[in-house]
Amino acid sequence: MADAHAHDATHEDHDHKPHGWRRWVFATNHKDIGTMYLIFACTMFFIGGAMAMVIRLELFKPGMQWVDPQFFNSMTTMHALVMIFGAVMPAWTGLANWMIPMQVGAPDMALPRLNNFSFWILPFAFTLLLSSLFVPGGAPAGGWTMYPPLVLQNGASFPMLIFAVHMMGASSILGAINVVVTIMNMRAPGMTLLRMPLFVWTWLITAYLLIAVMPVLAGAVTMLLTDHFFGTTFFTAAGGGDPVMFQHIFWFFGHPEVYILILPAFGIISEIIPTFSRKPLFGYEAMVYAVASIAFLSFIVWAHHMFTVGMPLAAQLFFMLSTMLIAVPTGVKVFNWTATMWKGSLSFEPPMLFALAFLFLFTIGGFSGLMLGIVPADYQYQDTYFVVAHFHYVLVPGAVFAIMAGVYYWLPKWTGKMYDQALAKWHFWLSTIFVNVLFFPQHFLGLAGMPRRIPDYAVQFTDWNMVSSIGGFGFGLAQLLFPYVIWKCVRSGTPVGNRAWEGAHGLEWELSSPPPYHSWTEAPSDALIARGASH
Amino acid sequence: MIRPRLAAHALALLATVGALAAHADSGWGLLNMTPGVTEMSRNIYALHMKIFWICVGIGVVVFGVMIGSLIKFRKSRGAVPDVTMVHNTKVEMIWTVVPVIILVVMAVPAARTLVEIEDTTHTELTIKVTGFQWGWNYDYLDNNISYFSHLDRASDQARELASGIDPNSVEHYLLNVDHPLVVPVGTKVRLLITGADVIHSWWVPAFGVKKDAIPGFVNEAWFKVDPDKPGLYRGQCAELCGRDHGFMPIVVDVRSKEDFAAWLQQQSSQKQAAALSAPAAPGTPAAAPTAP
Repeated sequence: MADAHAHDATHEDHDHKPHGWRRWVFATNHKDIGTMYLIFACTMFFIGGAMAMVIRLELFKPGMQWVDPQFFNSMTTMHALVMIFGAVMPAWTGLANWMIPMQVGAPDMALPRLNNFSFWILPFAFTLLLSSLFVPGGAPAGGWTMYPPLVLQNGASFPMLIFAVHMMGASSILGAINVVVTIMNMRAPGMTLLRMPLFVWTWLITAYLLIAVMPVLAGAVTMLLTDHFFGTTFFTAAGGGDPVMFQHIFWFFGHPEVYILILPAFGIISEIIPTFSRKPLFGYEAMVYAVASIAFLSFIVWAHHMFTVGMPLAAQLFFMLSTMLIAVPTGVKVFNWTATMWKGSLSFEPPMLFALAFLFLFTIGGFSGLMLGIVPADYQYQDTYFVVAHFHYVLVPGAVFAIMAGVYYWLPKWTGKMYDQALAKWHFWLSTIFVNVLFFPQHFLGLAGMPRRIPDYAVQFTDWNMVSSIGGFGFGLAQLLFPYVIWKCVRSGTPVGNRAWEGAHGLEWELSSPPPYHSWTEAPSDALIARGASH
Repeated sequence: MIRPRLAAHALALLATVGALAAHADSGWGLLNMTPGVTEMSRNIYALHMKIFWICVGIGVVVFGVMIGSLIKFRKSRGAVPDVTMVHNTKVEMIWTVVPVIILVVMAVPAARTLVEIEDTTHTELTIKVTGFQWGWNYDYLDNNISYFSHLDRASDQARELASGIDPNSVEHYLLNVDHPLVVPVGTKVRLLITGADVIHSWWVPAFGVKKDAIPGFVNEAWFKVDPDKPGLYRGQCAELCGRDHGFMPIVVDVRSKEDFAAWLQQQSSQKQAAALSAPAAPGTPAAAPTAP
C-alpha cells in the first residue's frame, strides 16, 4: 500500500509514459533522449579511447611490435572519427537536450519526434562505421580528414565510411534545427535573449554553425563517393579536378566544426565558474559577443589547415591574419573567466576542479594554436606532433573536461542525488596529471621533427614517446572512474534539494532534483527568471 | 590540498619551459626546433621563439592572476565575493586592444619572412621531386639525371613487425636512404614537387622547407644552404600517404660546389656508359645509381 502511494506521488504521469523498451525507442521526452545521447557518447568515448591505447602501445618504443602499419593508420583514423562524431558531439547534444528546455523555461524541445530520430540515427551510423573494421581491407585508414586520392584507396570500408558520415551529419543537422527552434520560440515570457544562460547562447550559436557547415561536409564526401564509383573527377587532376579542392571544402566544414566542438564547452565553463566563485559572470554581454565573433571568424580561417599545399602568397597572408585574429575574442573569454574568479569566494567541488583545469589547459592549447597560425613557423609544425599536441589540448582538457564538468555539475539535478565527491576528485586529479603527461611531451616531439600519423619513429624520439604512452595508459585507466562514479550515484547517492550547489543560479535550479518528467508545464514567473539570472 | 599540487604542477611546467632553450641530439634534451642551416630556417626559428616567448609572457601574467585568485579568494579562507564586479570598461578595452597590438607585432615579421620564402626567382639549380608510395624520385631536369630514393635496407628490415632487430642498432634508423638527394652549398636550389599517386609532403626541418607533393600539380620550393654547412640533412614525408607513410624518409647530401660538379659529371658519364654498354629496353627509366 505504502509502495503504491509513493509510486503514485513520484510518477504522476505514469499513465502517459510508455514503459520498458518502448520508453527509450519511442522516446520524445528531452530528458530521456538526453540520457540516451550521454550514455551513447560515454560508450563511444571508451571505444575511441581503446583505439588510442592501441596507438600509444605501438608508439611506446621504436620498432613495430604490435600491429601492421595499415592497421595503425586505421586506428588513428577511427579514433578521431569516433571521438569527434561519436563522443564529443553527441555528448554536447545530450547536454543540450537535458538542459536547454529547463534553462529557458520550456516544457520540452520544440520537435520531440525529430529529436528521437536525431538520436536513433547514431547507433546505426556507428554500427556501420565500426563494422568496417571487419571487412576486407579493414577500416578506413586515410585519416579522419579523408583526403583524396588516398581515401579512395580504402577498400570495402570506403562506402561504409561515407554513409556513416552522412548519417552522423544528418543527425547533427536535425538536432541543431531542434535547438534553434526551441530557443527562438519556446523561451518562457521574460526570458529574453540577453537573460539566457551562456550554455544556451553557446548552443544557439553552435546550432547555426552546424546547420551551415554539416551540409558542406555531406557535399564533400558525396563528391568522394561519385569520384570513386560514378566516374566523376572532382578531385583528380587527370580529369580536370583538384585534390586540393577537397581540402578547401573539407576544411570549410572542418574549421567551424572544431568551434562546434568547443563553443558549448565555453558555455558550461561560463556557468560553473560563477557558481563556485559565488559571483556573477564577469562581462556577460562581452562573452556573448565574443562567442558570436568566434563563430563568424571561424568561417574565414579554414586554410590554416593547409598552409603547405602551395597556396598563393596573398591567400596565405589573409588566412594567417584571420587566424591570429581569433585569438582576440578567445582571449577576452579567458580574461572574463579569470575576472569572475577574482574577488570571488571560491570552493573546489569536482565541477569547479574540471572547469579550472579547462581554464589552464585550454589556454595552453590556445597558445600553441596561435603559434600554428604564424605561417612560416607553421611550415615546421604542420603535420607534426606539435599539431597533435595542440588539438588534443583543446579537445581533451578542453572539450572533454568541460563535458565531464557539466556532468558532475548537473548529475545531482538529473538524479536527485549527490555523487561520491571524493571519488570524483580522484578521477579529476588522475585525469589532469595524466593528460599532461600524455600530451605535453608531444609538443617537444613535434618541434624536434616527429611527423604525425606514423607507427614507428627514429630512435631519438624514444624517451618522450615513452612518457606520452605512459600518460596515455594512465589517463585511459583513470576514465574508468567516471562511469563508476555515475553508476554509484544512481544506485546510492545522498538525496539533494533543488539547489544542489550553493552558488548556482538558473531556472534549472528552481526545479526539483530530480525534476518532474515534464518540467515547466507552466511557464516560470518573471520573478523566478530574475532570481535565476546571474546578471 | 589544492595549493601544493597546483604549485608542483606549475613548477614542473615552468621547468620544462625553461629547459626549452636547450638543444640536444637525442632523448630528453630533444625539446625544440633548431635554427637550421639556411637563412630561411633561421628566420623561421626566430619567429617561432618570438611567438613562444610572447605566449610564455602572457601565460605567466594570466596564470599568475588565476593562481592568485585560487589562493587569495577561497571561501575556506573567509573570502567574501564582490558580487558587484561584473563590468570594467577600461580593463576590458585594455585586454582587447593590447592583444591586437601584440598580434600586429608578430604579424609584421611573419609576413616579411613569408614574402621572402615565396620568392622563387633567381634560382640556380632546379630539381623535380616526385613523391610516390613509398619513396621519392629526384630528377635533375637540366642534366637528365633521375633516380629513386628509398628507405635503406637495414631500417626496412628492422621495422618489420616483430623483426627482433633493435632499432637502436641500426644507423639513422628510419632516417636513412639508399640514394640521397645531392645538392651544392651556397646555391639557391629550386624544387619542383609533385606526387605520383597520392598526396605526400617533402620536409627537411634543417632547411625550413615543407611542401606538399600533389598528383597532377607542381609546387615550388627553394632553399639555399649556408656555404659553410655541407653535410647530410634528414627529413620525412609529412602527409599521410598510406601504409608506409612513416617509412619514406628524405636525405639531402649537401656538398661543396666543386664536389657537386664532380658528382654531376660522374652521374652523366655513368649514364652514358650504361647506355652504350647494355642494350636498353625502350622506355626504361634512366636510373643511374649514385655512389656517394
